Amino acid sequence: MDKSATLDIRNEVLSKIPQQKPFRFVDEIIELSDSHAVGKYHFTEDEYFYKGHFPGNPVTPGVILIETMAQIGLVALGIYLHMIEEGNNNDIITLFAESEVEFALPVMPGSIVIVKSEKMFYRRKKLKAQVEMCLESGELVARGVLSGVGVQQNVR
Amino acid sequence: MSEKEIFDKVVKILGPYVRNEAGLKDIEHKTNIVTDLQVNSSRLVDIILAMEDEFDIEIADEEADKVETVGAAVNLIKGKIG
Repeated sequence: MDKSATLDIRNEVLSKIPQQKPFRFVDEIIELSDSHAVGKYHFTEDEYFYKGHFPGNPVTPGVILIETMAQIGLVALGIYLHMIEEGNNNDIITLFAESEVEFALPVMPGSIVIVKSEKMFYRRKKLKAQVEMCLESGELVARGVLSGVGVQQNVR
Repeated sequence: MSEKEIFDKVVKILGPYVRNEAGLKDIEHKTNIVTDLQVNSSRLVDIILAMEDEFDIEIADEEADKVETVGAAVNLIKGKIG
């Protein structure tokens, strides 16, 4: 059974993602259900990390790509799964638990990337997902398995 | 399935998640999964799911909460597969 989210719900989930600029790597949630999420991010040419990675030769750092995959594939999907389970009362923050990712292509400044996440399991607030990142052309950038654990906002 | 077989399968499931690999050598029923074997607590969900798959059983969250030692896991599984 596929519980697809309406545009309103997708926007609500987007607004609940706690990460903000300059560490926010989700512009739009394109698809969202209890089993998957698809989101989009535009790496603008003035992102703060291009200045140092690398001077005169900017390319998006792999860790930022993993973070982007996690914000869409774990944080957004996790917020939705939590909403289905518990309603809107408790906001959670997702702590990264594990990742195994391989990279296929570099992402240059100005690129738009699409992240697709398929839930492997969600249990006891732990979400594990198969996550893929592609360029707008459909070319694969990175793929792997990520997981995160949801905790209450005030817990560190 | 004998208790020994269950025990061996549980140890095999735990293997990839254990940080204290020396602890695997003298693993016994009272070995604590998190404190003795240094399994990251966020991996416990994966371990419970792997046990469900391996033994074809269902483990409720409340039951999973009580699984702190290797022996507790073995007893829980033993009770479910009869």
